[in-house]
Amino acid sequence: MTDRRTTIKLVIAAAAWMPALRALANYNDRLEPGASAPGPLRQFEPTMRGYGPDPDLITGYEKGAFWPLTLNAQQRQLAGSLSDLIIPADDHSPSASAVGVVDFIDEWISAPYPQQRQDRDIVLNGFAWLDAEAQHRSRRPFATLHEAQQREICDPVCDISRAAADLRVPAQFFAMYRNLTAAGFYTTLAGRKDLQYIGNVALTHFDGPPAELLRKLKLA
Amino acid sequence: MPFVTASTQRGPYDVVIVGSGAGGGQTAYTLCMEGVRVLMLEAGREYTPARESPMFQTPDMAPLGDAGTPDKNKGFYDCTVDGGWDVPGEPYVSVPDKWGAHFTWWRARMLGGRTNHWGRISLRNGPYDFKPRSRDGLGFDWPISYDDVAPYYDKVEMLIGVYGGEKSLENTPAGPGDTLLPPPKPIVSDHLLMKYAPRFGIPVLPGRRAVLTRAQDHRTIPGKLHPGNLRAQKILAEAMRKRSPCLWATPCGRGCAVAANYQSTTVHLPPALETGNLDVITHAMVYEVTVGKDGKANGVRFVDATTGRHEHVSARIVVLGASACETARILLNSKSGPFPNGVGNSSGLVGRYVLDTVGSSVTGQIPLLESLPPLNEDAADGLQVYVPWWLYQQQLAHKLPFPRGYHIEYGGGKHMPSVGTFAGLEWLTGGSYGRKFKEDARRYYGSFINFDGRGAMVPNDDCYVEIDPKVKDRFGIPVLRFHWQWGDYEQRQAAHMQETFGEVIEAMGGRLQTPVVTDPVKAIAPGGYMIHEVGGTIMGADARSSVTNKWSQTWDVPNLFVADGGVFPYNADKNPTLTIMALAWRMSDHILDRMRRREI
Repeated sequence: MTDRRTTIKLVIAAAAWMPALRALANYNDRLEPGASAPGPLRQFEPTMRGYGPDPDLITGYEKGAFWPLTLNAQQRQLAGSLSDLIIPADDHSPSASAVGVVDFIDEWISAPYPQQRQDRDIVLNGFAWLDAEAQHRSRRPFATLHEAQQREICDPVCDISRAAADLRVPAQFFAMYRNLTAAGFYTTLAGRKDLQYIGNVALTHFDGPPAELLRKLKLA
Repeated sequence: MPFVTASTQRGPYDVVIVGSGAGGGQTAYTLCMEGVRVLMLEAGREYTPARESPMFQTPDMAPLGDAGTPDKNKGFYDCTVDGGWDVPGEPYVSVPDKWGAHFTWWRARMLGGRTNHWGRISLRNGPYDFKPRSRDGLGFDWPISYDDVAPYYDKVEMLIGVYGGEKSLENTPAGPGDTLLPPPKPIVSDHLLMKYAPRFGIPVLPGRRAVLTRAQDHRTIPGKLHPGNLRAQKILAEAMRKRSPCLWATPCGRGCAVAANYQSTTVHLPPALETGNLDVITHAMVYEVTVGKDGKANGVRFVDATTGRHEHVSARIVVLGASACETARILLNSKSGPFPNGVGNSSGLVGRYVLDTVGSSVTGQIPLLESLPPLNEDAADGLQVYVPWWLYQQQLAHKLPFPRGYHIEYGGGKHMPSVGTFAGLEWLTGGSYGRKFKEDARRYYGSFINFDGRGAMVPNDDCYVEIDPKVKDRFGIPVLRFHWQWGDYEQRQAAHMQETFGEVIEAMGGRLQTPVVTDPVKAIAPGGYMIHEVGGTIMGADARSSVTNKWSQTWDVPNLFVADGGVFPYNADKNPTLTIMALAWRMSDHILDRMRRREI
């Protein structure tokens, strides 16, 4: 029950980002001559319909089953690069892009719903900002930078409460992108395993926590 | 062939019931088991949980990871069909359209209505809850007492299967004890509450939800519920055997394919259909109760949503269980010469005194719960324990700035990660990303607890529905216009929730992401958010001050009854569904009694 409430809170929280969207749009102006602007988007129809109020809930769906994915190859490369900077492979689990997080984000920002339409603008403008920063510093697209160089760009925007005033908008983008990356990653089997989630299996009885654990926590 | 259409119906029927949820389902069950011929009308489509419930599907199998959207407000896998805060083609008006005065109205268009998705929390109203005015001078007393309803709480609990504890507290009756199933074992975060709440004088009881924690006793319960009726006993025993106990996995709100929780579609309707006495017409959008020259209701009119045709069905008795506000809408739209203000509305009170539940929540992060070993904490989908209201004596002594109480729905645990589980962690992580973020996710996963306060509302004159003079739905039926304003009492109660929850979380060593909201106006959730709206056809002691009598029968039309939450003259903190069912059963027994005496 808590999880679904949290979902709603996420959606409500994201709605508060409307002003950021307009400000972020200005970052397109910072693109330097010759820098890689986002390529043309295919098949993005703002009037496209969603999955409707009575979809089949039993079928599993591939990303893009209800509306086309719209990121181009260059954007997908950047999306994967940033997702893996946020969730890299480690001893516990693979990286975000290795378990389909780019498709998840592409599906999210390609969705026809008002919330996702807003998120789309924030993400695409954030991508443009990242590439503009990368070009400015290293004359290369963000996705081709080394991790240390990427961190130089992302460190100042990774915590909005500490971001400089003129970096608040990219910091809002980074926070949202981290949320989306975590959403895409931890809802996969690999993400659940990383967290050692062992539920969602039918049991004949429910025993509660081990007494030993409760004693250790001084809750027994 | 129980599912029929306007042209294949097999009348004459004794009773037509509008709605198939908690009230309509219970009424159909009780009447059909006693041989009454019933026609049920449902505005939405047929719905079959055994075939349609997405149990065990993981979020990555759904579009947008199961996030809520305008199409599916509570997530892709929530079982609500053709419903939510907005139903396409079926608008409603809320004036003035501003925060605080706005009311949002959750509906479902499906067989079983909102019982398919509900939280299944099943609390009994207590003795004070039926006589609130006698206790503190506010609002209205019910024309019935706890003792009148208690036998029906017993019956409903045995029929649908409710887990809970045997201990009663002040105004918090457990019932006789043998009507309940054993509660689930508490999880780690529950033990935290059990340790710290007593330091504040806050009691913790086992939760009460309509979930089978073990198989129902199909040998003895049918005899208790249907004494002397061997056929009903046999049908119920068979229906109970077909229900499986809880699998301790997958959220109830997705629907339950094995019928381990209560949904009208898995518990009330199957045995009612098995009797052969129930016919159902789906896609039937009812808009009018028709009344004959004798002043008695003789049927209802509806639009067949599949053909657009207007139809009429007849019966000796009409029962409205369309949900509190929809029932008021039908009555108000039933205008004719003798009833210029709508049927049943000689008091002018149809649509008046709509009530909701006060809601306010605080989430805390608990260091003690960080980095726990792997635990399966799915349990029965929450509410292993809860907190009943505990400050009755302080209120009696006027030591609190609000007269009525709240209970706490408490939750925590390592639930299946959703799209929101790791959103907005910066306040704990300092904005980590990379390997550190993954470490942080493992550390904080399952370390959050949630306090949801759910409180009573005193009825007030500013909360009502009426028919909008202009707007019509896609069927051409005039729609409802909502008026809403929380009272000071409710707002102060919400602020008390915030302060209390914050104190308990801090005592636990926990942290709050943001300070608690102490401004009463901002502490309370908007009207309708709790999806507990009741009232609008309130029951009372006389025809001047109420719409229905103590049998849920309209004062004006003797063969017209209301089976849903519309009859509530007061909404205690207790979630209304169990009481809706108890009152519907009681009403149905009264109908049976009157039919046997040939009075209706």
